[in-house]
Amino acid sequence: MTIFIPTPLRGFTGGKDAVEVEATTVREALDQLTTSFADLRKHLFTPEGKIRSFVNLYLNDEDVRYLPAKEASEVKPSDTLSIIPSIAGGR
Amino acid sequence: MSKVSLTQDVYAEIRAHGEETYPHECCGALLGLQSEDGWAIRASIRAGNTRTDSAHNRYQISPIELLKIERTARAEGLSIAGFYHSHPDHPAQWSPTDLAEAHWFGCSYIITAVEHGHAAATNSFRLTGVSEEEKHFEPEQLVIV
Repeated sequence: MTIFIPTPLRGFTGGKDAVEVEATTVREALDQLTTSFADLRKHLFTPEGKIRSFVNLYLNDEDVRYLPAKEASEVKPSDTLSIIPSIAGGR
Repeated sequence: MSKVSLTQDVYAEIRAHGEETYPHECCGALLGLQSEDGWAIRASIRAGNTRTDSAHNRYQISPIELLKIERTARAEGLSIAGFYHSHPDHPAQWSPTDLAEAHWFGCSYIITAVEHGHAAATNSFRLTGVSEEEKHFEPEQLVIV
């Protein structure tokens, strides 16, 4: 499957904006990604291994948080996983 | 100091957006290309402010809208280079909330002060650092081309 890398994390993937991994679940895909690019891990996961609260993951068009199996959701080779850090602020 | 360049059209558009949503904050994304000099912004995309509970002093872009913006950028051969928002009746300086909620390292955060409905100063800040714990904003030179 293809994992799309957002602008702020491309410095940890050698500039790649997309990375191909072979995985059967979302979590496995992320584990493969962070095994290949170890410096990514601290940006995606808390020290306890949970996805950071500001990191949104979309399996195709679905927010992984709201999928019944969440990170254990199964994936196919044709699927895409988008990593989207959140945007907010204000005065 | 890093640099971010905007076309006159983009500069006018993001300031107009702030005036249109006054007294609420506007927000949107900036699409561009990275060069040795910094980001060259080629387009802006307006986004909805999902913080309807406190839109006069907060903004948030929904993740699904960000996903669509990301796809638009890819389709046009561009990257999300940063984001813009307005500060109604407040200086064009980043706030503690802006920093706490900023996670796009290396990207430009452009802020326009809107005073009594009229766009005033526009400033840009780059989110710098290598981790959430020591991230900070650095002022950028904003160049209109």
